[in-house]
Amino acid sequence: MPRTARGGEQTTLQARRRRSAIMTSLVWCASAICLLPLVLITAHLLVGGARVLGPRFFTALPTPPGVSGGGIANGIAGTLLLLLVAAAIGLPIGLGAGLFLAERTRTRLAETVRFLADVLSGLPSIVIGIFVWELIVRPSGQFSALAGGVALGVLMIPLITRATEAMVQLVPNALREAALALGYSRARTSLTIVLRTALPGIVTASLLAVARVAGETAPLLFTAFGTPYWSLRLDAPIAALPLQIFNYATSPYDDWRAQAWGGALVLIVLVFALSWLARRVTESRRERLNATVAGGAAE
Amino acid sequence: MSREPAVTARPTPAVLARVDVAPDAIHTAAPTLRIHQLTASYGERVAVRDVSLECAPGRVTAIIGPSGCGKSSLLRCVNRLHESVVDARVSGAVHLDGRDVYAHDVDPVEIRRRIGFVSQRPTPFPMMSIRDNVVAGLRAATPRLDARALDACVERTLRRVGLWDEVARRLDDDPASLSGGQQQRLCLARALAPEPRLLLLDEPTASLDPLSTQRVEELVYTLRGDVTVLIVTHNLQQAARVSDTTAFMLDGELIEAARTRALFTTPADARTEAYITGRFG
Repeated sequence: MPRTARGGEQTTLQARRRRSAIMTSLVWCASAICLLPLVLITAHLLVGGARVLGPRFFTALPTPPGVSGGGIANGIAGTLLLLLVAAAIGLPIGLGAGLFLAERTRTRLAETVRFLADVLSGLPSIVIGIFVWELIVRPSGQFSALAGGVALGVLMIPLITRATEAMVQLVPNALREAALALGYSRARTSLTIVLRTALPGIVTASLLAVARVAGETAPLLFTAFGTPYWSLRLDAPIAALPLQIFNYATSPYDDWRAQAWGGALVLIVLVFALSWLARRVTESRRERLNATVAGGAAE
Repeated sequence: MSREPAVTARPTPAVLARVDVAPDAIHTAAPTLRIHQLTASYGERVAVRDVSLECAPGRVTAIIGPSGCGKSSLLRCVNRLHESVVDARVSGAVHLDGRDVYAHDVDPVEIRRRIGFVSQRPTPFPMMSIRDNVVAGLRAATPRLDARALDACVERTLRRVGLWDEVARRLDDDPASLSGGQQQRLCLARALAPEPRLLLLDEPTASLDPLSTQRVEELVYTLRGDVTVLIVTHNLQQAARVSDTTAFMLDGELIEAARTRALFTTPADARTEAYITGRFG
């Protein structure tokens, strides 16, 4: 070894330490910046929205401009109903398609479906709004909660499809074979063993999909349309939180704009709650699966 | 990871005593299994080549051979699990009490209900309680069973595999709370609950510690007479301990099948001798 070896090692070690420190601080900054928008938005919403929050905000209907008070009760109920309709459409279709993709991985049809699901999930949501307008609103001659729910449901389909596929593929093949060997039919194996084992993951993904579409505004503009009145009818225009926020925020009235902040706060709390619930389900799933897999492999 | 019992591990006296019993000495309801000119492949790769093998009723037949010799594939052809793999092909016949399980009018689901199967790794169903795991196969076969009959079956079967005392007070728990050895015995219980007359074991102790291995071997011993057992193992001592007949496979072909003692003491084929004396595999 040359005489300078020791000194050389020293320098490379120092250089590596320096590089490591720089990279660490860079990724640290990236993480911080990643969190920053959410923190700022939440803080801003708390400051702007907390003023209007009160029991009346959740129980009263919107008031005309200039009339004080008023709430977003119809918007909250409308959003919940729209999400219910969306889940009723998106869940069964997404689950079925996801199961198909996972069990028939390499067929041509599966490749096509997988590709189209990815395209669909990348489609701008306003395009889906127009599609549903053509499909339901125009033929029926009116905006409706059903149309809004269908639009959100279509948005959910690719999310749930791909998530179901991923979760089902995590189920060990040995489990599938064990069920078949016990005399389960293919259908029964898929439904009672595979889906059941993957269920916590699918529930998580579904909750996240609901949270994801809960805030969608564009597809509701020409489907659910919105209304200042109380309505839970499927065949009539219905209020929704994102629409109300949109209308209020772009209005020239101060108390309406204040209520837009409040509505946004409620919406974000709803999304937070759904995401938190999804996490809880995932955690319990991880514990169970880990215990089974580790228990089987440890000896 | 613990190892299989060492070569010097002493079999229990009971196991030693019965090695010389003639295969045809027992009259039983268990079926005869006749594998006839069976060839199985995955796409281009032939895993089992023209194998014919007869398993005497109520007896234990072991299949030994180096990794990848096709012993698991052969086993999986018996309950038609082989065909659940994409690109898998089978030709030949598997006669169970004279009936070919590959006949056109035979439903594979029906066949699998009559044949117990335990795989190498424990595979308890994770989203079911221990109790539901035991009766899973029974429920698939007979949908309407009253709770008392199921409970009786759970206790009887768990006692049979020596697991009852360990889990009696936590039947509603997740099987994930059990150790690997307990999980494997639970899988054995699940396979035995529908009272199959033929039991297929695919290296059932490969992932178990010596004590659990011994328990499983003892269980296999107690099944003799009632159940025809076909067991795949890479552990020669295990084959010698538990089986009446041993078949040696190499590269997908059946080299030799004989009474276990005869095969291990005076093998007819030079390749068998080379394998059992540890010169390869």
